[in-house]
Amino acid sequence: MHDHRQRETLITLAGAGVRSGGRVLVEGVDLTISRGEIVTLIGPNGSGKSTTAKMVTGVLRPGVGTVTRKPGLTIGYVPQKLAIDWTLPLTVERLMTLTGRFSPGEIEEALEAVGAARLRKAAVQELSGGEFQRVLFARAMIRKPDLLVLDEPVQGVDFSGEVALYQLIRQIRDKTQAGILMISHDLHVVMAETDTVICLNGHVCCRGTPNAVKTSPEYLRLFGDRAGSALAIYEHHHDHEHHEDGCVVGVHGEHEHSHGHQHEHGEPGHVR
Amino acid sequence: MFGDFFSRALIAGVGLAAVTGPLGCFVVWRRMAYFGDTMAHSALLGVALSILLSVNVTLGVFAVAALVAGALLLLQKQNTLSTDALLGILSHSSLAVGLVIVGFLTQVRIDLMGFLFGDILAVSVEDIAIIYGGGIAILAILMLNWRPLLAATVSPELAEAEGLRPEVSRIILMLLMASVIAIAMKLVGVLLITSLLIIPAATARRLSATPEMMAAIAAVLGGLSVVGGLFGSRTWDTASGPSIVVMALALFLLSLVVPTARLFGRRDHYGT
Repeated sequence: MHDHRQRETLITLAGAGVRSGGRVLVEGVDLTISRGEIVTLIGPNGSGKSTTAKMVTGVLRPGVGTVTRKPGLTIGYVPQKLAIDWTLPLTVERLMTLTGRFSPGEIEEALEAVGAARLRKAAVQELSGGEFQRVLFARAMIRKPDLLVLDEPVQGVDFSGEVALYQLIRQIRDKTQAGILMISHDLHVVMAETDTVICLNGHVCCRGTPNAVKTSPEYLRLFGDRAGSALAIYEHHHDHEHHEDGCVVGVHGEHEHSHGHQHEHGEPGHVR
Repeated sequence: MFGDFFSRALIAGVGLAAVTGPLGCFVVWRRMAYFGDTMAHSALLGVALSILLSVNVTLGVFAVAALVAGALLLLQKQNTLSTDALLGILSHSSLAVGLVIVGFLTQVRIDLMGFLFGDILAVSVEDIAIIYGGGIAILAILMLNWRPLLAATVSPELAEAEGLRPEVSRIILMLLMASVIAIAMKLVGVLLITSLLIIPAATARRLSATPEMMAAIAAVLGGLSVVGGLFGSRTWDTASGPSIVVMALALFLLSLVVPTARLFGRRDHYGT
């Protein structure tokens, strides 16, 4: 559904690596993200997922290798967690203009796009996990970024909320043709729409489409001894509706498991 | 207008409160209260060194407070002792070193009481000029850097990923605090400076929906504390500096009684 013909390369990492205090955090990362492409990083804790994402956003400079960005690349960032202290009064509306100036119309539009328009005047401390995550997406998207970096976007959100967020990510990709770099909080779960899965363990240990990685010997060697280790791929079919209040009706997303059981998730679910 | 000491005290105090209100919001948001105390305690060392080296006392206090802040930043990077232990060491040792140096200064007598508690009734026209000149400069820097400062407060990681420089914001805030301490020392004394930063900001929180609103309300509340405290001290013949702080405290307690939480946010609908 997205245009494969004219994909502009947004960022390229070539043999990029970071050392800190003599220790190698990650090395030899080759990675390209193009417009409309979804790249997912998976790997155990300390495998260099966050470090790699930080090289992409420019927070960390590579000690070795190179990072090449499209000139004028705009990045939107959805952090892993954002705890906003009660002492800081912040409405959703105000959060939208945290790193840049935007008109009320643009704010309205960005919140509308993630189905959070009615939260505009709410204090951020009052939002549920799923609502806050949507607002953070809207905040990142209002910048009309070329590249969206999502650090464990569905962490701490319940299952139906997770499905809704994956759908939102897909919508964002289709509509804006932004490149998306996503860090998965779960070793075993990636979005079906992911174009490239990169499996890290201090270096790139395997890469490819979700289906290719799922069966790759390197992936199985790395994670194969863990219970329930098969890579699950979230498939989304257009047979459910997504309501503005974050309520998903009639989800029949397949949650593939090869270890003998099937999740039931045809029930209507609420994000909250 | 500058004729009698009472008007001068009012003008100087209100000018100071206009600066400590907004800056104090950052102290509250970033949990820098003890940090502010530490910088304030180092002011005696600044006074002693200024006399020893015959430089301007305000500049000396600013320089020493900034150095103490810098020392803390360096020590924090070593990742050994916790920040509160480091602050305790810096705070009390700089106060002690200052007192020891004062002991050596036999040719001048330093009014320790005036230093600790300030003497707002003794401000000169020249002091007022310093307060307003310095205060306008501090507020201007604060306003020009407001968005990056706030973004860095909410999330340094997010600010950096979207092209801002949170480390610079942090240094700016430290320098602004050092300036405020240098300016305010004469008025309220080193022991009470942080109260003018924290109490009006804490009171303003309950009355505000946005950070900007909180900054403005904190400035107004600080001004009210100065006016109320000074008139109170004249009526009941109490010490002026402490009376201002007591007035600020009274406003804070009053704000606890006012049920303002319902005015903002949507606590009644959204549990967190």
